[in-house]
Amino acid sequence: MDSNSDTAAVMATSTTAAVELRGLTKHFGSVQANAGVNLRVEPGTIHGVIGENGAGKSTAMKMLYGIFPPDAGEILVNGKPCAWNSPADAIAAGIGMVHQHFMLAGPYSALDNILLGAEPLRWGMIVDRKKARAELQALASRYGLAVNWDEPIETLPVGVQQRIEILKLLYRDAQILILDEPTAVLTPQETNDLFRNLKKLRDEGKTILLITHKLREVMSFTDRVTVFRAGKVTGEVPTAQTNPQELANLMVGRKVVLNIDVPPARLREEQAIEVTDLCLAGTVAGSRHKLTEISFSVKRGEIVGIAGVEGNGQTELLQAILHPRDPRCRTSGTVKFLGEDVTSYETLRIRDLGVAVIPEDRQQEGLLLERPVSENFLLGLQRSPAFSHAGFLNSTNLQKAAAQAVEEYDVRPRDLTLPAGKLSGGNQQKLIVAREFQRKPRVLIAAQPTRGVDVGAIEFIHNRIVRARDEGAGVLLVSFELDDILTLSDRVLVMYEGRIVAEFSRSEVSERELGLKMAGS
Amino acid sequence: MRKVLQPILAVALGLALGLGVTRIAGESPWHVLQILWRSAFGSNYDFGMTLFYSTPLILTGLAVAVPFQAGLFNIGAEGQLTLGALAAAAVGALWPVMPWPLAPVLATLAAILAGTVWGAIPGWLRARRGSHEVINTIMLNFIAAGLASYVTLYLLKNPDSQNPETRPIGAGYLIHQFGVFGGAPVSLALPLAVMAAVLVWILLWRTVLGYEMRAVGQSEPAARAAGINPGRIRIIAMSVAGGLAGLVGVGEVLGNAGKFRLGFSPEYGFIGIAVALLGRNQPVGVVASALLFGALHKGAADLDLETEHVTRELSLILQALIILSVSAEGLWSWMKKRREA
Repeated sequence: MDSNSDTAAVMATSTTAAVELRGLTKHFGSVQANAGVNLRVEPGTIHGVIGENGAGKSTAMKMLYGIFPPDAGEILVNGKPCAWNSPADAIAAGIGMVHQHFMLAGPYSALDNILLGAEPLRWGMIVDRKKARAELQALASRYGLAVNWDEPIETLPVGVQQRIEILKLLYRDAQILILDEPTAVLTPQETNDLFRNLKKLRDEGKTILLITHKLREVMSFTDRVTVFRAGKVTGEVPTAQTNPQELANLMVGRKVVLNIDVPPARLREEQAIEVTDLCLAGTVAGSRHKLTEISFSVKRGEIVGIAGVEGNGQTELLQAILHPRDPRCRTSGTVKFLGEDVTSYETLRIRDLGVAVIPEDRQQEGLLLERPVSENFLLGLQRSPAFSHAGFLNSTNLQKAAAQAVEEYDVRPRDLTLPAGKLSGGNQQKLIVAREFQRKPRVLIAAQPTRGVDVGAIEFIHNRIVRARDEGAGVLLVSFELDDILTLSDRVLVMYEGRIVAEFSRSEVSERELGLKMAGS
Repeated sequence: MRKVLQPILAVALGLALGLGVTRIAGESPWHVLQILWRSAFGSNYDFGMTLFYSTPLILTGLAVAVPFQAGLFNIGAEGQLTLGALAAAAVGALWPVMPWPLAPVLATLAAILAGTVWGAIPGWLRARRGSHEVINTIMLNFIAAGLASYVTLYLLKNPDSQNPETRPIGAGYLIHQFGVFGGAPVSLALPLAVMAAVLVWILLWRTVLGYEMRAVGQSEPAARAAGINPGRIRIIAMSVAGGLAGLVGVGEVLGNAGKFRLGFSPEYGFIGIAVALLGRNQPVGVVASALLFGALHKGAADLDLETEHVTRELSLILQALIILSVSAEGLWSWMKKRREA
């Protein structure tokens, strides 16, 4: 898609900026979240804001949206200095924000969700839905954002929900739209739709700020891009004059290998994972099965990727193979690890076969957020002879091993007493990888290994997964990120509505083909 | 540092508010404070009574703290301690000629066992049936009270007394009382309770099981993903809690009354919730706060006699105010935020 065409707004500095941040500074306790951030966004452009987790991009955007005030510095909107007390002030000034997690009331209709808090009133008390509907219809057709107004929101696809969030902003007459990681939950097709719509909005004169960590999106859909690192802006460039490598280097502050070289797999004979006819019935009688006759296998020395849009049974599949005894996780079918039928095994016994797991939701399933790093390093290994004897913990060994692992896996800061919740996303993930690789895995189940993780850590985690494969682990990789799947997988399976609907080998897979299968066609 | 300072400040705040109330009631706060202090710590006997009240509170505080670390709320210590005491008294009444030291050991084991069973039931119901332990422990308190009444009044009634109590236990069951406290019934149960606190500390912080309990309490999904069986851990945590509460029976039956008296507990099980809360669910904190609540309990008993306007109920108000100021964590973080802003 050719975005940097002539339709992009003129970047003449003589125009008044839609948004200008001057020397914005913000502390949280002793943490400096923003240190003199300068940012200039021209009206009628799509402006990318990128940076690693904790680089301060969200903080800056939240100050712009009035969620909290800056300690120092100035916010100018259309050339006028602003001092918001709350998002309400920012909204009144024409700024709107679509949060990463949508702020929608599930059972309400699309129409009511949009009106909520901005109801047009007749005689000062009755909600004038008719008038609102007409106005919204006009808005929707102007920007090509088709929506079914009367369906309960929770029954609509995520892409449509996002469209409703955008309409919500337009209805409130927002001129400047901030989108926080808008594509995290979308299929490739939905992503394309979204950006087509955003371009239309831009061409109609709206200004769009796109917070993302996906370099591909920045490259193909933005006009200009600002890079954050460690609370500061490290670069602001026209997209046409940069490339992903340069942006990644600016984000991380060193040279990053974006697409690691994955040598071809050397498969071993033994099967690592064999799943046969795995089913999970729906919770309500007659409802669609959550998993239907899933069968696949993973050999040792191989990475099998499972692609699919969030919510198509990936979570259920992982739960079923890791907790096969639990009737809430598996209703029928068998699971074998390393040739052993584990269907009746307890999870602990399965893990002790040499099964390492990078869980899907690392904060929920992977870590004890309030507990120190060392205790998190122990989780799941507490009964291994290395760390306990006759029911008593061996904290000397634990401290030693944890200190070593934190060093080897570069978990920052190197503080074993820090609660895991205080680590950044990337470092949390590295901690989990460090722990799981302690097991010398023969099977590795990696779910969303790079979700919310910065570019530098992605490179690291990808390398580690490939190394585990080359050391003989069979790897099952489940990811919503196509980059993960395409970079790492030796084979790709596609999940849709609880089934495996397609299989590709590394050589024959194409992004387009994958996208179609993921969308169910 | 803040972890220690905060409960102390909270107690001071609660005490100040409580004394403010006595002022309104028309009594000099200084006078009230003097009486409280003298009554709780004034003589060996007074201090002994404070220790006597503190002993069961250590145990019930632990009985709340252990499940709390595993993410459970045990409101059932009252029922668990009732059955523990009943079981100890029943053993002593049924086999009165048992020799020392076998006798107290048997009675103690019976108390632990009864409490453990009564704790395990809600643990099992939570783990296997998913029904909430708060509701089940409350209901089991009523059942325990009914059961204790039935056994006391129909099966083991003391024929020589008008009071609702069981037959006395054999002499071989009685445990040592310390003489220095001028007749206050401070028995071996006190060192037993302190030892229980030490063992709980070891359990929580030095054993695999304790680690697994705390993991379940922190995040059930994380524990489950790590291969820990949360259901099993819950049953164990509630069983341990029940056993700890059951030990209250040792001090009461073997160390004090020599029989089971209906209604002997001034709601030790419920005060235990406050003790655990104030002690931040840590064994050391529980022992310290049990001592405080024991002193308040003893101190307030004399207020009624020595003042004109203040009654025993003031002790309850004081306790309530302390609990309120401890639990007002929101206030603390608010103050902290203001200081930072």
